Amino acid sequence: MTSKPTAIIIGAGFTGCALAYDLTLRGFSVTVVERGEICSGTSGRTHGLLHSGGRYCVNDQEAATECIEENIILRRIAKQCMEFNQGMAIAITEEELNFKEKYQEGAENCGIPVRWMKPAEILSMEPAVNPKVLGGFEIPDGTFDPLRLGLAFAASAKNRGAVILPFHQVDGIIVDGQSNVTGIKVCNRHTNKSANIKADIVINATGAWAGKIAALAGVNVPVIPTPGVMVAFNQRLVNRPLNRLDLPGDGDILLPQRRMVVIGTTSFEVEEVDFIPIDASQVQQMVERAAEMVPAVMNAAWRGSYMSARPLIQSGSDGRSLSRTFKCYNHEADQGLKGFVTITGGKATTCRVMAEKTADLVCSKFNIKSPCRTSEFELDSYRTYYEAKTDQ
Amino acid sequence: MKTETWNITTAIPRQRQGEPTPHWQDFHLEINPEKTVLDAIEMIWANHDRSLTYRHACHHSTCGACGMRVNGVEKLTCITTIRSVTKDNGSIRVEPLRNFPVVSDLVVDFTQFFQNLERMHATQVAENQQSYLPYESNEKDSLNLERLVDCIECGLCVSACPVALTDKAYMGPASLAGLQQSLAANIDGVNMDLADYEEGAWRCHSAYECSAVCPSNVEPGFRIMDLRKQLMRKNFKKWFGNKENQA
Repeated sequence: MTSKPTAIIIGAGFTGCALAYDLTLRGFSVTVVERGEICSGTSGRTHGLLHSGGRYCVNDQEAATECIEENIILRRIAKQCMEFNQGMAIAITEEELNFKEKYQEGAENCGIPVRWMKPAEILSMEPAVNPKVLGGFEIPDGTFDPLRLGLAFAASAKNRGAVILPFHQVDGIIVDGQSNVTGIKVCNRHTNKSANIKADIVINATGAWAGKIAALAGVNVPVIPTPGVMVAFNQRLVNRPLNRLDLPGDGDILLPQRRMVVIGTTSFEVEEVDFIPIDASQVQQMVERAAEMVPAVMNAAWRGSYMSARPLIQSGSDGRSLSRTFKCYNHEADQGLKGFVTITGGKATTCRVMAEKTADLVCSKFNIKSPCRTSEFELDSYRTYYEAKTDQ
Repeated sequence: MKTETWNITTAIPRQRQGEPTPHWQDFHLEINPEKTVLDAIEMIWANHDRSLTYRHACHHSTCGACGMRVNGVEKLTCITTIRSVTKDNGSIRVEPLRNFPVVSDLVVDFTQFFQNLERMHATQVAENQQSYLPYESNEKDSLNLERLVDCIECGLCVSACPVALTDKAYMGPASLAGLQQSLAANIDGVNMDLADYEEGAWRCHSAYECSAVCPSNVEPGFRIMDLRKQLMRKNFKKWFGNKENQA
């Protein structure tokens, strides 16, 4: 038997964990290194909306189609950490009501099943909604637990042989004299000991940090960390995720999470992503806007507020575009650096297909023909991540 | 959010993996008292000492990763404000959870904890009705809906439990509460016999420290007592039930 090709994945967010699972199934020997705990960057701090694609069905239909396809798959393979009660896109203003036809047409184009509901039906299903609601669509949105989604992919990878090393920080990318990436220099933060790990290919799956890791290898990834703020309130005011029947904007998502509701979000650009302070004025504006959907938000006890930095991609880059929503950079084709690939952008709902496309590219480099199988079966229990001890 | 700034000292026991004992280190911070203890820890890591290790993920009390002991009390640090644990020019002591092996600094090993929960078939998703405590009023409008249950598996209950402190073999409040819930939800493979042994439901001394520190309304103490009630009922039937039923 010939030995398996070896791959290192940098970053154990949703994409890194899903990619570890995908590549392991396709016959790679995979090691994942992550600076902190699993999902301790952007992934853990997502609001947890399983997108139906409704949010994007008018202005970004490619993304919307991807969302509904992945929504259906994740509902099947990751139901262990997900509540699925459908969601709503509701109209509060006349202007939003006038958006109805466009929205319906967009949803139909993207294959998103929607059903129009009159105000009485909406209020009987979700009594906390603003009584001034003018109508809305029922859409197949859901809510997931962020850490457990990451852990479920990580567990499924680990149980099939992947080595996952949280608290391991990458200090360097090793490049030989012929522009080949041959491995990484990594520091075990539990012991403060450094080591080199060799691999046939290194994949940078660090999302908002992708530019920084790529710079270690001397290549450029034009990712712009774009944080948004979210606020959690100490009351489960609704049982279904609510969106505004409008183009995406600030404070237009409100979703249940255990005994809370979480509202999101805003959007601004930063350079430094390791610690992002919260802008109080942004929070206030967002809360007021969310209260237009559910007025009780104004009286609910505040539980916590937090930031999550989306990895948005600068347009007009020279990367190999797989879709509008995420990008897989083949640095060999772009900058002549062999054995190094970057995946960034995208959203939690599409993490599995991001991993699939990246694994397709990686497999093509090794002339491996095995197809993606991550949508075929349910993920292992996220708790089994803590079972087999394959740590160093 | 007020724009007040406090000066605080944060004391943290530092320990690399393999070192037998930790040494304490103080960090001085200027911080808005409305920020959380986890914000303070993250600020220390970002601005003062990149070698500090700690667990965190969601920052809004749904994942359960950031449990620590703050001034000797178990807290979910992402929802614990600085104002609630100290004063201006005051200090806080942040330690890893008790009754778990420390890996390094504030990071503890959850392996045994999750294995116990898995053995109990504890579920993360249940019907809406079953996700609330039995004595809470159930709303009719939530029929046929499901939701993520309250337990976020943060381990605070195990850290606070005086029995877990003295008996390493004790199954612990989280797993017992998990079993009580999976029984109620009729999860496949669940049987109350899983807790019917000395280190299971019978080991609890009803100190209720678990319920006192639970940040997520699980009430493990209540659930353990409910589990015992069910076990008593079953055992009484077994011991004293009529002969036809025994055959």
